[in-house]
Amino acid sequence: MSGKHANKVMASVAEALAPLRDGMTILVGGFGLSGNPEALIRGVVERGVRDLTLVSNNAGNLGKGLATWLHAGIIRKVICSYIGNNDDLHVRMASGEVQVEITPQGTLAERMRAAGAGIPAFYTPTGAGTVVEQGKETRELDGRRYILERALPGDVALVRAHTADHFGNLRFWRTGRNFNPVMATAAKLTLAEADHLVPNGAIDPDDIHLAGIFVHRVLHVPEHENAFEYRTTRKR
Amino acid sequence: MPYTTEDMARRAAREIPAGSIVNLGIGLPTQVADYLPANHAYLHSENGLLGMGPFPFEGDEDPNLINAGKQTVTVLPGGSTFDSATSFAMIRGGHVDLAILGAMQVSAAGDLANWAVPGGKVMGIGGAMDLASGCRRVIAMMQHTTKKHEHKLVARCDYPLTATRVVSLVITDLGVFEPTGHGFRVIELAPGVTREEAEAKTGAPLVS
Repeated sequence: MSGKHANKVMASVAEALAPLRDGMTILVGGFGLSGNPEALIRGVVERGVRDLTLVSNNAGNLGKGLATWLHAGIIRKVICSYIGNNDDLHVRMASGEVQVEITPQGTLAERMRAAGAGIPAFYTPTGAGTVVEQGKETRELDGRRYILERALPGDVALVRAHTADHFGNLRFWRTGRNFNPVMATAAKLTLAEADHLVPNGAIDPDDIHLAGIFVHRVLHVPEHENAFEYRTTRKR
Repeated sequence: MPYTTEDMARRAAREIPAGSIVNLGIGLPTQVADYLPANHAYLHSENGLLGMGPFPFEGDEDPNLINAGKQTVTVLPGGSTFDSATSFAMIRGGHVDLAILGAMQVSAAGDLANWAVPGGKVMGIGGAMDLASGCRRVIAMMQHTTKKHEHKLVARCDYPLTATRVVSLVITDLGVFEPTGHGFRVIELAPGVTREEAEAKTGAPLVS
């Protein structure tokens, strides 16, 4: 096969990240530290690009994951839904080093879903009558107030999958799926980091979570830290 | 004796109809699950899980199987996992029957404030606004007053709003209250709590 969907499997993180440039908007999958493309996140710091706009639900936590981008000083702006106790972001937001745009979580997901689906804007009830409404067009439809939210496309998406085939068809694991599939659809260039790489045909077509049309580069990374944030258990 | 947090969680559990889809917010509402009979309801977690089970046994934790509070959890038979856009379609689309959420202020009109304290550290919105405006019913759980004895059941919220006119019931340490538009209807008072005490600690009229 030739064309842009040929030879997606990359030999290294550096090869996968070669197209990154300063000032890009990068969508990074994960919910906190769960479902993070860990090798690609590390690779971006090593790649040396800066002035990035990061779109992710949390921008890392506990000094790990995307918090390393904050440490490296390569982020200009973060678009996220929740900061929580991510002190690396609190400190840089307070000092003005990093600009932060906070979006309701469902709106964040839907803005990227819209971008990937060719929808430039949509009306949502979420945030109506709150600060989220400020500066946005509103409209009453069928007796309810809605906010017009804009699609949120990225230059690059970095996503984590459990299994990828050579065409970039992906399967995810448990709640590690989170924002990964929707981000993959919303970027001009999507890089998927998978724990397992299998030949085309090894995943039944009905079992594919995200079709490879949305994935441009695949990286096989067998080992991940998969850090816990809150390890909660019960006694046997 | 006012209700303990355990009493509040037990009382909130009684509001959950059999077979319903429920999202329990981070913090106190999460404890409500401890008082639900087995297979009574289906718990939804907005990071992409329906049919959430209890914490895993020691040694069975999976860092990629977590709830919205990022705690390790399990998935019950019949449960499913899905992406964030689908999860919020469930919420926004009215497919989740009930959300039980923590609160900082609830107004007599049912307005909810639960994501930011004026002048405080901004923690973010997370799923709070989607849950509050999208779920078919919203119950708020909170202490009746702040540690500084300020009202939290108020005529109008002065904290940043999460959603307007959404709360149908408030469960506090003093009892159970229903926003009516002009005040709060007293559904029940905790044992030993007098109406005078509840009135003094509420920033809007109590109605029978």
